[in-house]
Amino acid sequence: MSTPDTVVQAPPASDTAPAFLRTDHLPFCKGCGHNIVAINTEKALHKVAGLSPLDVVVVSDIGCIGIIDQQYASHTIHGLHGRSTALGVGVSLGVHPPGKKILVYIGDGGATIGLPHILEAADRNVDMTVLVHNNMLYGMTGGQPSGLTPVGFKTASTPDGKITPGFDLCRLAHVAGAIRVQRLIGIGDFSDDLAEAFRTPGFSLVEIIEICPSYGVKYNPGRKPADIARENGFEPVVLTNPPRPIHSRPARLDRPSLLNDDLVVPHRDVSNLPRKYSIILAGSAGEGVQAAGELLAEAGIACGLSVTKKGSYPVTVGVGFSLIEVNLKNRPINYTGIETPDAIVITSLDGLRKVESQIRTMQSGVLLIDASLPKPASPGVVVISADLRTPMGTRNVSLYSLGLLLAKTSLLPLSAYLDAIRHRFGDKVDLARLQALLTT
Amino acid sequence: MTHSPRVALIDGSRLIIEALVQSGADTFIGYPITPSNLLFQYASERFPRMLGAPDEITTLQWMSGAAATGLLTVTATSFPGFALMVESINMAFMMELPMVIILAQRLGPATGTATTGAQGDLALVRGMISGGFPVPTLCISSLPDCWDLSHEALRVAVSLRTPVILLTSKEMIMTMQDFDLATLKPLSPIKIPLYKGEGPYLPYAPDERGVPPFLPLGNPHHQVRMTASTHDATGLIQAGTPEALGNSTRLHRKIVRNLPDYTWLELDEQPDARRLVVAYDVTAGAAREAVRRLREQGHRVSLLVVKTLFPTPPQIFEVIDRYERVVFPEENLTGQFVEHLFGQRIPSRIRSVHSFGAMIPPAAIMQEVIA
Ligand SMILES: Cc1ncc(C[n+]2csc(CCOP(=O)(O)OP(=O)(O)O)c2C)c(N)n1
Ligand code: SF4
Repeated sequence: MSTPDTVVQAPPASDTAPAFLRTDHLPFCKGCGHNIVAINTEKALHKVAGLSPLDVVVVSDIGCIGIIDQQYASHTIHGLHGRSTALGVGVSLGVHPPGKKILVYIGDGGATIGLPHILEAADRNVDMTVLVHNNMLYGMTGGQPSGLTPVGFKTASTPDGKITPGFDLCRLAHVAGAIRVQRLIGIGDFSDDLAEAFRTPGFSLVEIIEICPSYGVKYNPGRKPADIARENGFEPVVLTNPPRPIHSRPARLDRPSLLNDDLVVPHRDVSNLPRKYSIILAGSAGEGVQAAGELLAEAGIACGLSVTKKGSYPVTVGVGFSLIEVNLKNRPINYTGIETPDAIVITSLDGLRKVESQIRTMQSGVLLIDASLPKPASPGVVVISADLRTPMGTRNVSLYSLGLLLAKTSLLPLSAYLDAIRHRFGDKVDLARLQALLTT
Repeated sequence: MTHSPRVALIDGSRLIIEALVQSGADTFIGYPITPSNLLFQYASERFPRMLGAPDEITTLQWMSGAAATGLLTVTATSFPGFALMVESINMAFMMELPMVIILAQRLGPATGTATTGAQGDLALVRGMISGGFPVPTLCISSLPDCWDLSHEALRVAVSLRTPVILLTSKEMIMTMQDFDLATLKPLSPIKIPLYKGEGPYLPYAPDERGVPPFLPLGNPHHQVRMTASTHDATGLIQAGTPEALGNSTRLHRKIVRNLPDYTWLELDEQPDARRLVVAYDVTAGAAREAVRRLREQGHRVSLLVVKTLFPTPPQIFEVIDRYERVVFPEENLTGQFVEHLFGQRIPSRIRSVHSFGAMIPPAAIMQEVIA
C-alpha cells in the first residue's frame, strides 16, 4: 500500500445529517477501488431511513481494506485476516438494542481464507451486510492471487496468469442461503445498490469488482476490471432468496439448575469396608457397563463411602470395549485412579483384552469372568467363572455381574445396589428377578 | 453453619458449567471435542445462550464479537481446538475482551489419544501470546475448585478485561466422584462495570488498575472502537508510536500488577518438613494422597497445590526456597511446569516425576520424596 495522499470528492452530506464516514483523506492508494466503495457507502447509509452513525457497527478485516475503520464515526471493530464475518456474527448476538447495521469490510483475500464464515453467516441468516472488495488479489501483501482471482489474471506470484478459474462467491453465498447477493462493477455511483443491501433484513453480500492500481494494473496493463470479470463469467448479478427468520439467540434465563435433587443419593445403608477397594468392570458396548458403574458408585454413597467412577470406551461408543473403574473407600478419596484392582469383572472378549495386563498385576482379590471366556491363570486371585450373560439378558449383563460380585464378596450390602437400580430404572429392570438370582 | 449433606455422584464438568452460569456467564459457544464433551453437553442444557460453532476459529470469533457487545462468553476445548483458537485469543487479548476458555488437556501430540488425560499444554498456554504476555491461567485441582475457580475465572476476566484460561484435564472433569452439594457456597452474578462518564469515551484509556472502562460496541451514547492491531487510547491503529507501544505493554502490566487479586495457592506445610511436593490439576489429587500416606508413615512433608499457574505467583518461589527437596509430579514428558519455573538448568534439589499417557500414582510421588 502506498501513502495516503489521495483526495477524493466527498458526497454531498446535508447539514443536518452527520457523516458516517469521512471520505476526504481516505487511506488508500490513488485510484484504488476501495476509495470508490467508501464514498458509495457514505452515500448509501444516508439513503437508509433513520440511521445515525451509532446505529452502525463496522467490522473490518485485515488487508488494505481493513484500515477503513479509521474513517468511520460509527462503532468499529478491526480483527483478524478473514475472520471479520465471524466476528460480525458474534456482534450480532449481543448488539443492543437489536437492529443495528452490521457492515463487514473484507477483501477477496479475506473472503477466501474466511469463506466458511461467510457461508455460515448466510446459512444462519445473520442480519449483516458483507462488502467484499474484490480487486482480484491481495493488495496488502504485494499482489498475490486469491480464490476469487479469475484465470489468466497476472499477479506477483502468477506472472504468466492464474491457472485456475477462481470461484463464484456470489453463487456460493446464494446457495448457502443469503437473502440478497449482488455482484457489481465498482465504478461510478452504486449507492442505491448498497442501500438496498443495507435495507435487506437478514444476510446480504455485495461483491464489488475493483482494480488495485498498485499491483493489478501493474501486472495487467490496459485490462479493465469489468471486462476481466465478464470474460470469466463473473457477470454483474443480483440473486435473492425468500425472507427467512433472522438469526437471533435471546437469553433463556429460566433453565433449571444442573444440581437438582434427583442427583442426591440418600444415606441409608452402612458398609464395613475397611480400606480403599478398587473394582474394574470390563465388557462391551451395549451391555450397560457405564450405568452399572454409576449404580455401584451410588450404592457406595448410600453406604456413606467415598467413591469414584471413571469410564473408558473407544471414541466409537456403540461398538467395542466398555470399561469402568470404581473406587470405594471409607474416607475421602484423593487419588481417583486405580493402583491395584481388588476385583475385576469381565463379561466379554472385548473386555478381557482390555484388562489382560491389569490381571497380571493382581496378586490377590477376585476375578469374576463369564463362563464362555478362557479362565486366566492368576496365582493368589480367586477366579470365579460363571454365566454372566444369560441370567438377565445382554442389556443387563453389567447390572447382573456387579450384583453377583457384591453377592459373592459382601463388599456392600446388596440392598444398597438394588435401591440404586430402583431409583434410576424404576420398573424397567425386573428387580425381583435380579434379587432372586443374586440371593440363591 | 452446618447443613444436612446432599451427596451426589457427579463429575467436575457439571460443577463448572453450573458455577459459570450462576456467576453470570450468559453465552456458551463451542465446537465439541473430547474430553470437553460433558462441558459442551451441560452447557447445552444450562446456558442462557448456547451456540454450536462450525469450528474453533469461528468459536473464538463469535465469542469475541459477542464479548465486544457485553456478553459474558465461555467455551471449552482441548489441544486440537485450542491450537486453532490461538490467533483469535491473541485478538481478544489485544482488544481486551473478557471471556473464559476452558482447556481440558488430553494426550498429544496432535490428535494423540482423545480419551487419555495429560498435562501437556502448559508451555503452549504460557507462550501463546505473541510477545510473551501471560494470560491469567487458573487450574482446577479438585471438585470444590470446579466451583470456586470457575467463578474466579469469570471474575478475573471481567475485572481485568481479558480472556482467562481455565486449565483442567480429562480425569479432573470426567471422573465422577461423591460430592456434598450442600458445601457449595452460593455465587453471585458478575456484571461488567460500564463507563459512566460524559465522554468523549476513549476505549483504551486505562483506570488506575491499568484496565480501560468498558462500553459495549453498539451502545447508543459513545462511539466504541476496538482493534487487534497496535493502537492508541482511541482504538486507532498506530505503528510504533510511543503511545501505542505503551498501550501494548500496559496489557502485560495490568495482568501482572493485579496478580495478588487472583493468586490461588493451597499450602499445607508441616513444621520442620524439609521436603515439599508441588502439584497442579489432577496430579494434585495423587500428591495429596502421597503426602497423607507419607505423614502416616512418619515422614515430614509439605504440599503446595498451585491454582494460579500464569502469571506465576512469586510466593511459589518463596515456598520452594524453604525446602531441601521439591518434587513436581507432572503428566507430561519433560516437566513443563518445572521448565517454566527453572528453565533448562534445573537445580538438583528439584525432582520431577513424569508420566506420559497414564496418571501418576501416589506411590511414584512418595518414592521420589523419600529417595
Ligand atoms: C492469518 C494471516 N495470514 C496472512 C496474513 C497476511 N495478510 C495480510 S493482508 C493479506 C491479504 C489481503 O488481501 P485482501 O483480503 O484481498 O485485501 P486487500 O489488501 O486487497 O484490500 C494477507 C495474506 C495475515 N494478516 N493473517
Ligand atoms: S488494494 Fe492496491 S491500490 Fe488499494 S490500497 Fe492496497 S495496494 Fe493500494
